[in-house]
Amino acid sequence: MKKLLIANRGEIAVRIIRTAREMGIATVAVVSEADRDSNAAKYADESVVIGPAPAGLSYLNHEAILDAAATTGADAIHPGYGFLSENAEFARKVQAAGLTWVGPSPDAIDLMGDKSRARQAAIDAGVPVLKGTEGALDSAGDIEAIAVEIGYPLVVKASAGGGGRGIRRINSVEDLRSTVEVAQAEALAAFNSSDVYFERFVTQARHVEVQVFGDGETWVHLGDRDCSLQRRQQKVIEEAPAPGLPDALREQMRQTSVELARHSKYVGAGTVEFLYDPVRQEIAFIEMNTRLQVEHPISEAITGIDLVREQLRVAAGEKLGYTQADVRFEGHAFEFRINAEDPDNNFMPSPGRIETLELAGGPGVRTDFGFSAGQTVMPFYDSLLGKLIVWDTDRDRALARAARALEETEIDGIKTTVPLMRRLIALEDFAAAKHHTTYLETVPGLFGALV
Amino acid sequence: MSTQIIAPVPGIFYRRPAPDKAPFVEAGDAVEAGQTIGVIEIMKQFTEVRSEAAGVLESFAVEDFGMVGPGDVIATIN
Repeated sequence: MKKLLIANRGEIAVRIIRTAREMGIATVAVVSEADRDSNAAKYADESVVIGPAPAGLSYLNHEAILDAAATTGADAIHPGYGFLSENAEFARKVQAAGLTWVGPSPDAIDLMGDKSRARQAAIDAGVPVLKGTEGALDSAGDIEAIAVEIGYPLVVKASAGGGGRGIRRINSVEDLRSTVEVAQAEALAAFNSSDVYFERFVTQARHVEVQVFGDGETWVHLGDRDCSLQRRQQKVIEEAPAPGLPDALREQMRQTSVELARHSKYVGAGTVEFLYDPVRQEIAFIEMNTRLQVEHPISEAITGIDLVREQLRVAAGEKLGYTQADVRFEGHAFEFRINAEDPDNNFMPSPGRIETLELAGGPGVRTDFGFSAGQTVMPFYDSLLGKLIVWDTDRDRALARAARALEETEIDGIKTTVPLMRRLIALEDFAAAKHHTTYLETVPGLFGALV
Repeated sequence: MSTQIIAPVPGIFYRRPAPDKAPFVEAGDAVEAGQTIGVIEIMKQFTEVRSEAAGVLESFAVEDFGMVGPGDVIATIN
C-alpha cells in the first residue's frame, strides 16, 4: 500500500491520515466544495474536490471517489465510519477497480447488514441472542402464538434496519398485527425490504460491545466497551472496559464475539454489539458493525494498539503477528462526543464559525478533532466536531481526569455539548455506573428548560 | 389570494423524500393544508416543510438541494 484515499471527512479523516503518515503511506483527501479548507485537506498529501456540499453529491458519490483514486494513483480506499463504510456495492466497485478496500469483504458487510441473517450467524457461532424469531417473520402465520412464546413487551425490528432505526415496541396482542403491518411498510420504505422479526424487549438495558479484529487466519478481541449513556439511541459517552459486568459474562461475550468473527472469516476491525440485561444477568447479540467505530479510541487507550494501523496492515495483506495472549489490557478510558448542538435548546444543530477551540492536554488525554479555531462548521454534515478521550489506571481516576479535561475544553462561537458533558459526569448514577440506555430521559433538568 | 411557504429552519432543501423517489409535489399540483412539500436537512436532522393552506402550488423559490435560511420563502400557493 503506497497511497491511501480517505473517503470521509471531519475528525475520522484526520484520524486515519495521522496513522497513514506515521506508516509512510501517502494520503489523498477527497473533499466536497464546502470542505476545501478542512484539516483533512490540510493534513493529507493531496486533496481532490469530488462535488458540491450535500453529501449525496460528494461523499456518497461512488464514481467521483473512484475517479479521484484513478486520477491520483491511490491504491487503497479507507471509508472511515458512516457514509460508504458499510456499503457492499461500493466496496465491490473499489475491488473491481483493482484497489484495496480497507474493511471486511463485501460479503461480510452484506451478511451483517441483514439483521436476521446476522442473527442466524450469531446463533451458529454460539453467540447468545435475545429470545425471538429465527429469520424473517411470516406475517401470514400464527404470529400471536409466536408473540406469546417470546412474551410481551416485545419489539418488532426491520431485518435490514440498524443504528436504532426500524424498531417498534409491542405491549399487547391488541397492537400486534397493526404494529407488524406498520413496521413492514416502514421497513419497505426505509430499507427496501419488508422483512421484520420479533425480539424480547428489555426495559432497562445496557449497551455493551466487543472490538474484534482478524486477518482471515487469526482473530482476537481488544476488550469491551460500554455505550449505555445515550440520547434517542445515539451514543453520548462511551467507556472501556464496560463497568460492572460479571466476569463470566464478560468472558463469554468476548469469546463468542471472536467466534463470530472466525465463523464468518472476518477480516479487519469489527464490533459485536450486545444488550446487557442487569436484572437477568444476561447478554444478547444485537448486531455486528463492519467498520471502524466512532468510539474506537477507548479500546486503543486500554490496549495500546492502533486500530487504524492494524486495519491498514491487514488490508495490505500482512498477518496479525500476535495472538489473544499478547493483547494486554490496562486501565480505564472514557470518550466524550463533542457535537455542534445546543443541549439547552432541544439539541438544535449549531453550525457557524468556531471563534475559540481550546482543547485539553496533559497526561492521559487525547483529542481527535476535525476542526481548528477560525473554521466554519457547515450545516451539511453530522454535528460531531470531535472527541475527547481520557484514560487512567482505574475508572475513578479516569473520571477525575475527565472532569479536569472538560474544564480545560473551551469552544466558543457555536453551541456545543461540552457543558452537558460536565453535567453528565457529575451525576452520581453515572459515577456509580448505574445508567442504562434510556437513563438520560429520566434525569430532570439535565437539558435546560425545554425537556 | 396567494400564501407563501416559509422555511422553518435553515439547511438544505430537498424536494424528494429520497434521491430515488419522486418529488413530494410538482409546480401546478393541488396541495392540501398540512401536506408535506419538501424536507430541510441541517446536520442530518430532517424537518418537514408543510403547506399551511390548501390550493395550487404555483412555484418553488428554492431549487432541489438549495440552501435556505430561516424565514426564506420556499414556495408560493395560490
